[in-house]
Amino acid sequence: MTRESYINAGLTFLLVLAPFWAWSMGQAYILTLCTKVAILALAGVGLNIALGLGGLVSFGHAAFFGIGGYAMGILASHAQTFDPIMDWPILIEGTKSMPMIWLVAMITSALAALLIGALSLRTSGVYFIMITLAFGQMLYYFTIGWPAYGGEDGLSIYVRNIFPGLNTLVPVQFLILSYVILGFALLFSARLSRAPFGLALTAARQNADRVETVGIAPFRLRLVAFVISGAITGLAGALFADLNRFISPTMFSWHTSGEIMIFVILGGVGRLYGPVAGAALFILLEHLLGGVSDYWKIFLGVLLLAVVLFARGGLIGTLAGREVGHG
Amino acid sequence: MAEPLLQTCGITKSFGALKASDAISLDLRPGEIHALIGPNGAGKSTLIKQIAGNMQPDSGTVHFLGQDVTVLDTVARARLGLGRTFQISALAMDFTVLQNAVLGALGARGDVMRFFRPVMKDRTLVARANEALERVGLQDHAAMRTAELSHGQRRQLEVAVALTLKPKAFLMDEPMAGLGGGGSKRLTGLLDGLRAEAPILLVEHDMDAVFALADRISVLVYGQVIATGTAAEIRANPEVRRAYLGEEDAA
Repeated sequence: MTRESYINAGLTFLLVLAPFWAWSMGQAYILTLCTKVAILALAGVGLNIALGLGGLVSFGHAAFFGIGGYAMGILASHAQTFDPIMDWPILIEGTKSMPMIWLVAMITSALAALLIGALSLRTSGVYFIMITLAFGQMLYYFTIGWPAYGGEDGLSIYVRNIFPGLNTLVPVQFLILSYVILGFALLFSARLSRAPFGLALTAARQNADRVETVGIAPFRLRLVAFVISGAITGLAGALFADLNRFISPTMFSWHTSGEIMIFVILGGVGRLYGPVAGAALFILLEHLLGGVSDYWKIFLGVLLLAVVLFARGGLIGTLAGREVGHG
Repeated sequence: MAEPLLQTCGITKSFGALKASDAISLDLRPGEIHALIGPNGAGKSTLIKQIAGNMQPDSGTVHFLGQDVTVLDTVARARLGLGRTFQISALAMDFTVLQNAVLGALGARGDVMRFFRPVMKDRTLVARANEALERVGLQDHAAMRTAELSHGQRRQLEVAVALTLKPKAFLMDEPMAGLGGGGSKRLTGLLDGLRAEAPILLVEHDMDAVFALADRISVLVYGQVIATGTAAEIRANPEVRRAYLGEEDAA
């Protein structure tokens, strides 16, 4: 085992231990914090496929996070009012079923990523950053001006959605659900990065000429990576909406894109557990420093600056060092 | 005479008033090494780009394997079997040497959209990659990070990646550049044997290598091919001596 895999195992252990500790201390709200870490880490795992493996600095992943959230909000709000979404030409009703909502969230955000990616990936560098930002903001202002689902005020869902065999309103059950999904996403991400697709994608990040010369088109690789990335972040959006039982245009705002990117950068760009470490650190700081000062993000900014200047590999990179070998 | 594998017919490319390629027609026949030489600024790189597909000629055509490939991009030409090496190493520097070679083998096999099975455990790909590394003499460096290779070793790896493609023709842009005497000799030996597998269009500054290897030599000056012939013919050509070799002697 490499040093990084020990660190990953340690992080997993801490994440699993935290709820037990919270339970023994009688601090139930810690369970919610852990759930939040898992869901935000999931959003980061999604972004990390585009940013870490593909080198695509997307500043618009809030678009997919928001689409996932609104997929949940729209389906669940129609289900709670027993009002079908449409009845012609085919009847589409709302649903409270989580698996169904997740599927819709992933498919819609994947389609959005396909569209946004197909247009944005024709640019690169700073233009790519700006165009993805623009798409995110476009959806942000669209939802603000869309009265059907709460407009600027957002929309509350009164009861958490249903997962077969679970009572999702019990915090620990929803926590386990989020952990399991994050686990699957990490497993998938680990396989992906070692698969032929991952090899070609990371090669295209390092040297696009090389990839073209062996007969592989970088654009296709990047587009597929962007779609997978968007779908995972979309799933996180649906879960996040379910955690809060609330959706609002904020999910689409550039702050959200920035935060998802911060998880990845703090934890370590391109590192499997980077987003997990980053999201955990972010929530920990928010919790600890947020109690000290409303302006806790100043400290976050200083930390981010330190990471970018002195510890480019983020938390995982600093602890584990550079990966060597081809496994 | 054998049908040429690769052929340019009157390709012309201008940048403003500068004609970087002026009606260049040359061909590459099976089993040969065709060297392209010319002083700096003669338009060698521009020509290479148009043959590889990075750049479209203003007029003229490029034929490869009897097919007009003028409008095809780099990826399509690589897939047809054009194995290119770069003047400045284009490698994935964070990869190990073996990973770079496996990438070539993967590109050649063409099934890149696979998401689950670890690529480095794919025996066929790894075997093909190792075979190529062995041919260029990098087998002992397979696990090394590419960024840690010496300049000369990177050149060797460039050739190895091209070998994994099992191309129908090679397009090599100064593969000897920056190699020491030993490395240059070794690569000369390799290229010598390689022409039987696939012909090589070789752009090279190393005159010893060119005159030792090339079946034919074309001389490019100011965007025009001023002469094409065997090493002896080129050596004897007064125009070439004046335009090119003379400068070398004076230097």
